[in-house]
Amino acid sequence: MGRYVLRRLLQLIPVFLGTTFIIYTLVWAIPVDPFAGKCGQRPCPPAYVAAMRAKFNLDDNLFVQYVKYLGRLFTGDFGQTFSGTDVSTLIANAYPITVRLAVVALVIEALVGMTAGVLTGLRKNGFADNLVLVATLMLISLPVFVTGYILRGLFGTPRGTSFVDLIVPGIVLGSLSMAYVSRLTRTSIAENRRADFVRTAIAKGLPTSRVVGVHLLRNSVIPVITFLGTDLGALMGGAIVTEGVFNIRGIGGLVFTNIQQQQGVVVTGVVTLLVLVYLVMSLVVDLLYAVLDPRIRYE
Amino acid sequence: MSTVYDGESGEFVPPQEIAAAQDESLLQVLGLQVEFRTRDGVAKVLNGVSYHVNAGETLAVLGESGSGKSVTAQAIMGILDTPPAFVTGGSVTFKGEELLTASAERRRMVRGEGIAMIFQDALSALNPVFTVGFQIAEQLRLRRGMGKAQARAAAIELLEQVRIPHAAGRFGDYPHQFSGGMRQRVMIAMALALDPEVLIADEPTTALDVTVQAQIMDLLAEIQRERAMGLVLITHDLGVVAEVADRIAVMYAGRIVESGGAREIYRRPGHPYTVALLESLPRLDLKGQQLNTIKGLPPSLTDIPPGCPFHPRCRLAQDICRRQVPEPVPLDAARSSACHFTGELMDRV
Repeated sequence: MGRYVLRRLLQLIPVFLGTTFIIYTLVWAIPVDPFAGKCGQRPCPPAYVAAMRAKFNLDDNLFVQYVKYLGRLFTGDFGQTFSGTDVSTLIANAYPITVRLAVVALVIEALVGMTAGVLTGLRKNGFADNLVLVATLMLISLPVFVTGYILRGLFGTPRGTSFVDLIVPGIVLGSLSMAYVSRLTRTSIAENRRADFVRTAIAKGLPTSRVVGVHLLRNSVIPVITFLGTDLGALMGGAIVTEGVFNIRGIGGLVFTNIQQQQGVVVTGVVTLLVLVYLVMSLVVDLLYAVLDPRIRYE
Repeated sequence: MSTVYDGESGEFVPPQEIAAAQDESLLQVLGLQVEFRTRDGVAKVLNGVSYHVNAGETLAVLGESGSGKSVTAQAIMGILDTPPAFVTGGSVTFKGEELLTASAERRRMVRGEGIAMIFQDALSALNPVFTVGFQIAEQLRLRRGMGKAQARAAAIELLEQVRIPHAAGRFGDYPHQFSGGMRQRVMIAMALALDPEVLIADEPTTALDVTVQAQIMDLLAEIQRERAMGLVLITHDLGVVAEVADRIAVMYAGRIVESGGAREIYRRPGHPYTVALLESLPRLDLKGQQLNTIKGLPPSLTDIPPGCPFHPRCRLAQDICRRQVPEPVPLDAARSSACHFTGELMDRV
């Protein structure tokens, strides 16, 4: 297990270098003058442009720029925006909001999705099953901005960024995955319901609540939990649409506005962080698999 | 006093057979009927199965695959998959108490403590994500109210009783970490946890290596003797039956076609199907010759032939067999056979 984790962590290095290089190249390859419109109505004075180009190494070739950027990154310096704000400050302001939103969305999709999945999986083709089937179909086919605007119309935009404030945006953000979780749970429960070990549990004289709640559920949640883990990795990457609809200043919005403004340093810094988060999350999910299913061993 | 539950009318009717049945029977099945309602039609899986087992006695239930041996056991335990399976008539009594009409909670209490069951394939019957210790101890904690440490000690003791080496060390192992034979021992330990009075073993050795089969059978026989349990041994292994069974019930197409003392049946079978089964045993003295088999297939349970269900495969079949279902006829106090020609068959031998 330890060696497996180490190997996976070592694999992070090439992935990290590759993704950051691609992002860096793409951001600075956009053929737009980064200093257009930065100085009000007038074009920026040549002295300012020259100073900025020097500060951000824009006259070096791209590869040298990248290496210099990487070097600073390893000392913990995410760089600054053109206006001099530290990128790390921007991230520190936006990321906690994104994490909170992600957690709220995850909890909602896990609770609602799994409950619906268990109920429908136990009684396939019943009334609840059909109801949930239609409801999930609707959630899956509705684009996020539609559900977003509907719920914003009903509940308004959140007042703050506490967990409670983020419940409505969390429902919007989690709705799609919630539908998947309920379907996944339903299939898994229905599949295992007739399993031999469930029959054994009944034959042992255990109460139904324990047969379902422990023996059946514990086996059925394995694919669901791994899905939720991967989904959390995706949610941590921010939600441009949901954040936009509800005017939440999370990491998704930060990336979006900075792509528009050609703030290459911000975009590269944030996306690099998100890549790392996603890679670590997927490692956690793989390890979780081994924890949930003792038959799986990593060598 | 037992009554027979008539699933069709929902009423209790005193059965005629009740007089013949022994009152002291620990577990008694009378005229049990089960059908599977599927899209392709109704399969009459059990058509009036009757057998009983007493304390300290081993009853072997013999028959081909699909003859209803396991379904009978599942109906006794109340673990049939409903739907598609429905009990439509008959009676199951445990210590004189009717189980088929008992409340779900009452039936649950009988499971494990009154009647326990072990299954054919221990690998799939044990929960793969819990340790064997957890799976044994949970019954003790939930049904006996034991604390964690106490349940653990009791579970280890059970594992020792079924002779699992280093029982204490293996408490925390998962089912997949055991060999097939050891896994079946775990299964047996689990079934013994609540000290049941009847143990139903559904082909406990079928999934095992031949060398291990004998060990498991010996263990079961020994435990049965020690605890004076009633053992219902479901099998199609005639060799096993000869060694351990006190009585035999032979099943065919959801009916008991012959029942009686094991030795008597081996010596003088009273039903052509039993004869055919015994003849299909490989014999050393006939080495090199073609193995006897029973020609044809068991009938489809959605379309059981009229008359005796065995008549299409029977050497003795006559006109009457195609018209009339033979009722079980008592041959002596402990034996019965459901064949129109039992008399002729037994005289011939």
